[in-house]
Amino acid sequence: MTPLIELAGIHKSYNLGLANEAEVLHGVSLTIDRGEFVALIGPSGSGKSTLLNIVGLLERLTAGSYRIQGEESSGLDDAGLTLRRRAVLGFVFQFHHLLPAFSALENVTLPALMREGRVTAAQDERARAMLAAVGLENDMHKRPGELSGGMQQRVAIARALVLEPPLVLADEPTGNLDRASSDEVFVLMRRMHAQLHTSFLIVTHDPRLAARCDRVIELVDGRIESDQLATVVTE
Amino acid sequence: MLNWLGFERRVAVRFLREGRMQTLLIIVGVAAGVAVVAYISALITGLQRNTLEKTLGAQAHITVSARDDVVIPALAAAADTTALVHTQPRVQRPRSIANWQSLVPVLEALPAVAAVSPMVSGAGLAQRGEASRSVALMGVDLDRYDRIVHLRSKVVQGEARLGPGEGIIGRELADDLGVRVGDRISLVTGSSTDSLRVTALVDLGVRELNRRTVIVPLRAAQSLVGLPGGATGLDLALVDVWAAQGLAADLAQRFPYKVESWQEANSQLVSALNAQSVSTALIRGVVMVVVVLGIASVLVVSVVQKQREIGILRAIGATQGQMLRVFLIQGAIVGALGSTLGVLLAVALIKAFTTFVRGSDGLPLFAITLAPSLALTIAGVATVCGVLAAVAPARRAAALDPAQAIRL
Ligand SMILES: Nc1ncnc2c1ncn2[C@@H]1O[C@H](COP(=O)(O)OP(=O)(O)OP(=O)(O)O)[C@@H](O)[C@H]1O
Ligand SMILES: [Mg+2]
Repeated sequence: MTPLIELAGIHKSYNLGLANEAEVLHGVSLTIDRGEFVALIGPSGSGKSTLLNIVGLLERLTAGSYRIQGEESSGLDDAGLTLRRRAVLGFVFQFHHLLPAFSALENVTLPALMREGRVTAAQDERARAMLAAVGLENDMHKRPGELSGGMQQRVAIARALVLEPPLVLADEPTGNLDRASSDEVFVLMRRMHAQLHTSFLIVTHDPRLAARCDRVIELVDGRIESDQLATVVTE
Repeated sequence: MLNWLGFERRVAVRFLREGRMQTLLIIVGVAAGVAVVAYISALITGLQRNTLEKTLGAQAHITVSARDDVVIPALAAAADTTALVHTQPRVQRPRSIANWQSLVPVLEALPAVAAVSPMVSGAGLAQRGEASRSVALMGVDLDRYDRIVHLRSKVVQGEARLGPGEGIIGRELADDLGVRVGDRISLVTGSSTDSLRVTALVDLGVRELNRRTVIVPLRAAQSLVGLPGGATGLDLALVDVWAAQGLAADLAQRFPYKVESWQEANSQLVSALNAQSVSTALIRGVVMVVVVLGIASVLVVSVVQKQREIGILRAIGATQGQMLRVFLIQGAIVGALGSTLGVLLAVALIKAFTTFVRGSDGLPLFAITLAPSLALTIAGVATVCGVLAAVAPARRAAALDPAQAIRL
């Protein structure tokens, strides 16, 4: 079976003026299958966000190959990348990244709205169910500004999952939350994973949470230092 | 069709609502610009229409007359010599247009021509008892002449009739001579004398004309001026007054006559009107540029403020085209709302103008109205301007690197 995503020999450098190219990723190879629940850890500046953005098709790679469901995506133009992103990916970011002018429910229906120009009754129903599933059935019509950090992050998770993409990318989803909310959000992601069989790739600094993932990839200085099942790490 | 641009419209409206003060200010700015343009356009249109009506109401659109007498040198100067010539200009005497009877049907057949009226004009004295005034004598066929200047509608007393021995005179002339409808006056010219009964007094709209005008039957004028069977001029009314200049040039080429359009006869007025139109266009242009720059600057700021939101939208699947359209629609909304408000404001201004600015007689100076078509055009142009103003900011929004925006 073809893996969900397959990165081979990924290099990424930022062009800081001609003579001054900073290479952030030095040949990263990585495969994630359907249904995996993966943590990406590593010291600050090691390139985790860069790698996640490349996987998320938000950033182009400098060299290497990136296949999604078997299809090479490194040569696609912006429109092609956007279509692929729509089909495969959901995002959760550290700073919640909801649209402040839209209610929680509207934020969750945005993906459907931008794909079809309208929200069908079924999609609206689905979004409400999603928000109920993350425990926000009573706060659906509140704006992000009226919700706590943990609640906002749960809205973001609902939005990432509402169209049931095969892969959800989360960049420090609990990085901004207190311990209790962190646990809540993490448990929620595990539950969604169990229910929907969605793959997760989660960047985190929290070793406690990393230990509760199925697989942990450690990135150091733009190279994969280790890639192990979580039980091995906790030993 | 309901969901056409559904996403873009939703996001555009929310973005505008989010930037309350900013949005409100720019809409008011657009409204002010549109109001100025609409008001000035209506004012100038009304003013020019009024001026033209006054001018063209009392004169023909084109007049055809015999060419001026000129002195032709008997001996042409040799090629290599310069002739120092001093000639006395000829005295211009009344002359008839050769063959005018056959020219009339030819002119009438032209599709641009609405009416043709032959005229014999000359100078004379109008007398009644002791009083005597120098007058401009006009011999016309009443029905034909009425189609040129609508003479019947200008009658202020009596009933327009031009039977043999009858005449119509200006209101002020009647006062000067102390005559009323039904009285007789005598007319004296260099070559003959006649008398006529006044059937009507007219107001031609210009006091000086009213003081000098005596209108008599064509035949009477012919004998008074000494041109039996002749006509000193042909008056033409056109279907479209603005075609006069072109048609006059055309006729001057085809016929050996002097042809003058109303524009040539009123060249000062025409250049004043043109100067007015140019200034209006200039003002409109400047206001439009200011409006475009205003909308553009607000949207540029908005793109910078919303970088993060744009990044999120792109990450969750919005295309570059969608981001582009979100901002183009914002420009269109601002332009449309602003111009709607602006047109309402202009209507209020016009109402105020017609209410408060009045002539000495207490009547409005002239009618100014904002034609719905003009209002629609201005609103349409403003909306298009809004979209154009949004092009640069929208392209910036579309080109924004989502990864960069999300890291903010
Ligand atoms: N747009 C950019 N231009 C230049 N350099 C960049 C850019 N984005 C990231 N970098 C650099 O790339 C390196 C990796 O950054 P990245 O954000 O991927 O690290 P990270 O592992 O996510 O760190 P953290 O844990 O602090 O979030 C850093 O040295 C950073 O300065
Ligand atoms: Mg990071």
